Amino acid sequence: MNKRKLEEAFFKGLMLLSISIVVGSLLAVFAVVILKGLPALSLSMLTQTPRGGYYLGKEGGILNAIIGSLYLAGGATALAFLLSLPIALYLNEYAGKSRFASFTGLSLDVLWGIPSIVYGAFAFIIMLYLGARASLLWGIITVTLLVLPIMTRAIDEVIKMFPLKLREASYALGSTRLETALKVVTRQALPGILTAVLLAFGRGIGDAASVLFTAGYTDSVPTSLFDPVATLPLAVFFQLGTPIPEVQQRAYASGVILLVLVLLLSIVSRLSTRKLMKYVIK
Amino acid sequence: MNKRLKDIIASKLMLLATIFSSLIVFIMAFVLFQKSRPILTTQSLSELFLASSWHPVRREFGFYPFIIGTLSVTGLAMILAIPICLLSAIYLAEYAPSKLRGIIKPPIDLLAGIPSVVYGLWGVLLVVPLIRYYVAPFMGATTTGYSLLAGGIVLAIMVFPIIISVSEEVFRTVPFEVREASFALGATKWQTVKHVVMRKALPGVTAAIILGFSRAFGETMAVLMVMGNVAKVPSSLFDPAYSLPALIANNYGEMMSIPLYDSALLLAALILVLVMAFLCVLARIVLLRIERRSV
Amino acid sequence: MGMFKPQISIQKLNVFYRERHVLKDITADIPEKRITAIIGPSGCGKTTLLKSLNRLTDLVEGVKVSGNVLVDGVNIFNNRIDVTDIRRKMGLIAQMPNPLPMSIYDNIAYGPRIHGVKDKKLLGQVVEHCLLAASLWDEVKDRLKEPASKLSVGQQQRLCLARALAVQPECLLCDEPTSALDPVSAQYIEKQLLDLKKDYTIVFVTHVLRQARRLADYVIFLYLGELIEQGPAEKVFTQPSNPRTKAYIEGMFG
Repeated sequence: MNKRKLEEAFFKGLMLLSISIVVGSLLAVFAVVILKGLPALSLSMLTQTPRGGYYLGKEGGILNAIIGSLYLAGGATALAFLLSLPIALYLNEYAGKSRFASFTGLSLDVLWGIPSIVYGAFAFIIMLYLGARASLLWGIITVTLLVLPIMTRAIDEVIKMFPLKLREASYALGSTRLETALKVVTRQALPGILTAVLLAFGRGIGDAASVLFTAGYTDSVPTSLFDPVATLPLAVFFQLGTPIPEVQQRAYASGVILLVLVLLLSIVSRLSTRKLMKYVIK
Repeated sequence: MNKRLKDIIASKLMLLATIFSSLIVFIMAFVLFQKSRPILTTQSLSELFLASSWHPVRREFGFYPFIIGTLSVTGLAMILAIPICLLSAIYLAEYAPSKLRGIIKPPIDLLAGIPSVVYGLWGVLLVVPLIRYYVAPFMGATTTGYSLLAGGIVLAIMVFPIIISVSEEVFRTVPFEVREASFALGATKWQTVKHVVMRKALPGVTAAIILGFSRAFGETMAVLMVMGNVAKVPSSLFDPAYSLPALIANNYGEMMSIPLYDSALLLAALILVLVMAFLCVLARIVLLRIERRSV
Repeated sequence: MGMFKPQISIQKLNVFYRERHVLKDITADIPEKRITAIIGPSGCGKTTLLKSLNRLTDLVEGVKVSGNVLVDGVNIFNNRIDVTDIRRKMGLIAQMPNPLPMSIYDNIAYGPRIHGVKDKKLLGQVVEHCLLAASLWDEVKDRLKEPASKLSVGQQQRLCLARALAVQPECLLCDEPTSALDPVSAQYIEKQLLDLKKDYTIVFVTHVLRQARRLADYVIFLYLGELIEQGPAEKVFTQPSNPRTKAYIEGMFG
């Protein structure tokens, strides 16, 4: 009997150790990145683009990457949303349990798992074929493809939790499927849809591999869709490897901004879900 | 425009979007396959996959080091992650009071949102020096720190959230009655978990592990930044290694200048797609088995 | 109590599920080696009372218990007592059969195994003995290694009975043991309980008065978490002291 108690205590100890490792890792990541990055954050870092002598560490900041990332992730999230919402609605309201729906579901599942580097490589091939150059536009297209399965799955899961009764009530009142989909389902699913959008935005803004070949990199803020664009992840990646401390600082600053951004997205997502829940009928 | 017409137009548009989305993966696979063909026609698969020499200029495309590199770092990450994640998930599902669970879960989910490059940055700032100045000397080895071990550690942390959250959900779905039966016979909590809960949760936990494995397998940036990227099969944990995704990411610039290089890299991309598709289907099959059993 | 010797003595037991006061100041005795029925309308705390006898109530989050439950003179709510030992002594059969996700053999062997029994021969004997006592042996002796989930509901409940017997309890706590079963299986279980009472103290919860009349030697009547009346079955059913008991028995409510 003592043996049992010992076994229980032993494994409980291991469990607490494991949880500590997990939470500890999170703290370690935040601590190191913030400690290194915070000193690098200055007003000029945030409001200026790199001045001449880019790789030589002359003055400047990462404004190009900040704005660039916002343009790119914003554009891609919007475009993906325009596709994801109809797809998710279609799969639930119209296609239901058909084989087509299952096929699409499986297909999107596979897409969900495909590494972002493959999206980047694929888009690059298309770009070469079309003779296009790396630009904001192609960055947006690639990231749209990347986050499409993520957003679609997230919205789909929200819609699936939706009680059937509300849909039936809507149909009983004579609404068409479209009206039901738009007015009733979407409104009910609004908190979840918002979370899905924020999730996709976070994924899109943080991804480096997909924009590596397709968005280019530049010191300036893009003025058209066909200009190359700098992104925060690539700002970290490219500038980390230089021996010049001033340039490395930019990498750390970019890292901190990305981290804080993710934290903010997570908090906003939780808060707004709670707030919007009052419009949701349970 | 009357309602019916609107409905029909809208549904056609939505159908178009849906069809498009279902075909993307096939278009991708097709394009990658077409671009890989040149290299597939010059060498057989076994030559490509088992050869260790990677010298594109000399037309030598041995994928072996990269395949081993990817498998090793993924395997190492799983070895580190699985026990930690399972124990954590069991703790959260079976032992932790709900208040504590509510406090611990959000930080774990937060881990999932951290971008890959930030993990890479962290790896370079903390893990690599740690290995170089502390771990390796302790084990009697010398290394720059950019190693398989660094990749494994960073990758393990990256898969913590997905394995823990899926496993924890699986444990929560095990019905209370079965646990009650075990307790009523005088079992301790751990005995109940070990013999009863785990048995019921096994398929779901397996699916969680497969998901974690596929996440780790396809990871590019963090691994690239901390593993050293040397095209040689690593002989120890402290040796550098090179993964398939890192290979593609590092060399796209030279891709067009050397003949067959682009074809080789896109073959690597195709391999990634096929492996992911396989793992995805595998996870689905496991999950289907659970549904069938519970009926 | 007269000719009944109390084995379990419940003293001022109060159970709260968070703010809900489920059991209010219960003081009752349960006689040794007899069948005691806990009766009352649904939702009155009968199952909670039953489950507090083997401290399964501990598993509910936010539960608060005050009072004592003495089994053979020892208070089971004493902090220094090993809960798993109490639970071994007080076997429980739930309302819905809950076979463990294992083979029939392993279901029965599970109890002895977790208490340290490793000898295969001994385990085999225990399995056979308990299945016989639950009159399930003949039906399953050729398929002991099959998953228990393949049995019919009635067979599963008998399996649960056999499983409870395998750890050599002193008491059997049965929570509406036949409510999920067809009449034939229900009859089986009732017959088993009558046979087993010579060796075990049996406490069962039921909302079917006729079943209580059939089986019980002693009766405890609960209403809205309060003990209304307790006593030998004969007396409670024919000459109840409390008017509410009389009303319940005559079918006025519940």
